[in-house]
Amino acid sequence: MIDSLLMLIVLTNLFLLGSSSINTCIRLVAVQGVLLGILVLISHFSIHTIVISTGSIILKGWVFPWLLYRTTRGVNIHQNKPVIGYTLSLIIGVFLLIVSFWIGGRILLPNSSLLVTVVIFTSLTGLFLMTTRRKAINQVLGYLVLENGIFCFGTSLTQHQPLLVGMGVLLDVFVAVFVMGITMFRISEEFDHINTQYLSSLRDGQ
Amino acid sequence: MIHPILSIILAPFLFGVINKTKAFFAGRTGQPVFQPYFDLLKLLRKGAVYSRTTTWIFRASPLIGLISVIIAVYIISGVLSFDGDIILFVYLLGLMRFFTIIAALDTGSSFEGMGASRESWFGLLAEPVLFLALFTLIKITGCLSLSEMLGYITPQIWNQYGYALVLITAAILIVFLVENSRIPIDDPNTHLELTMIHEVMVLDHSGIDFAFILYSTALKFWVLGALLVGIVVPVHTGKLWIDTVSFLGGMFGLAVVVGVIESVMARLRLLHVPQVILAAGIFSLVALIFVVR
Repeated sequence: MIDSLLMLIVLTNLFLLGSSSINTCIRLVAVQGVLLGILVLISHFSIHTIVISTGSIILKGWVFPWLLYRTTRGVNIHQNKPVIGYTLSLIIGVFLLIVSFWIGGRILLPNSSLLVTVVIFTSLTGLFLMTTRRKAINQVLGYLVLENGIFCFGTSLTQHQPLLVGMGVLLDVFVAVFVMGITMFRISEEFDHINTQYLSSLRDGQ
Repeated sequence: MIHPILSIILAPFLFGVINKTKAFFAGRTGQPVFQPYFDLLKLLRKGAVYSRTTTWIFRASPLIGLISVIIAVYIISGVLSFDGDIILFVYLLGLMRFFTIIAALDTGSSFEGMGASRESWFGLLAEPVLFLALFTLIKITGCLSLSEMLGYITPQIWNQYGYALVLITAAILIVFLVENSRIPIDDPNTHLELTMIHEVMVLDHSGIDFAFILYSTALKFWVLGALLVGIVVPVHTGKLWIDTVSFLGGMFGLAVVVGVIESVMARLRLLHVPQVILAAGIFSLVALIFVVR
């Protein structure tokens, strides 16, 4: 059961790397969030994990997609090519998976090494998405994937993480996505696009 | 597994089932289930016409295709079985494709050249995916021969490696659709040469040669379908009739599934086909990595 969930999470990561449509990406990140919530619930069943996983499922499976969809509706998102093409990023993703298996086999933790592998792979995917995609919204999605990895690591490996810390992390992420959504909306109102590579050419009066 | 003679007799019947399913979805009565057999008999009674530009390759290719796919039927049935026969199995299908392609080039027709180019492109991409899936199966079962491998898959194996087997099944289903030129990849009923892939390569074959080609297409469908059904329906009770009935049920179920896919899906744009094959490759690669770790 846990193995199948982990495999599904790996597949969502890979398809995130390969898919070009932003709506599909938002949906994939939502699915990944829900899968992670279920994973946390299955790995340790207690009051704490129930609260944390329900919170994260509602937030990541419902609130975030809603916020992001609302942002994309107001923003001009005609697709442009990422820094590294979709097929190549998919292939790099497979290499990242192999690297994570190598690392995951070396980190000795009481829990299953497969979980560590998947966590590392999810975080690496998030980093990769953040660095190679040009649109601000894709970078937000990358940030969410990265956070998914860290969340999974925190809640399923450390058994006695205080509830407050978990809730605090979730709240932080919520605020971050909220603020980023508003920022993207403002940027697009001002410049008609959300390509971040042009942001570096903005300077104060020269 | 089922006796090869029975497979060889029953293979065209699946196309009848597919056509009936499609007719049901379209609200038609459809052609009789045995229509593929009538077509074959009609073609066998006719003489073949050969263009003056063709050479012996054009005449030999239908026969070579038929023979290689019949050997593949014997391999998957377990009558012909040795360690590593999966490589022979895949390359017999490869040989069949190779001869279809060079026969198409032999006619000198530009349309057939286009079809040959597409067929070799997709075949090139589908082959490693099939091999990755088969390697994963080797790793799971520890058997190097195709029929032993399929005989080894039991409900217990599904319990233990279910997640990997689901991915492999998905990958092999996509390879199956690509290799047999079925709908999301290619429309077997289309008659516009510009968009055809497999059918365009056999436009110049006629009569008895065309009957051989249609028959080998049916057998190829059967062989790859048997691989898929062998994974999905792991019934090995040892009683001959239960095994045979469940296997045949699986094959007809597969034909119905293909019919449903053809009824509800449109074919993909040519440029999207490699992405679908790549997705299948990712499926089997992830399954392999998970099983090997």
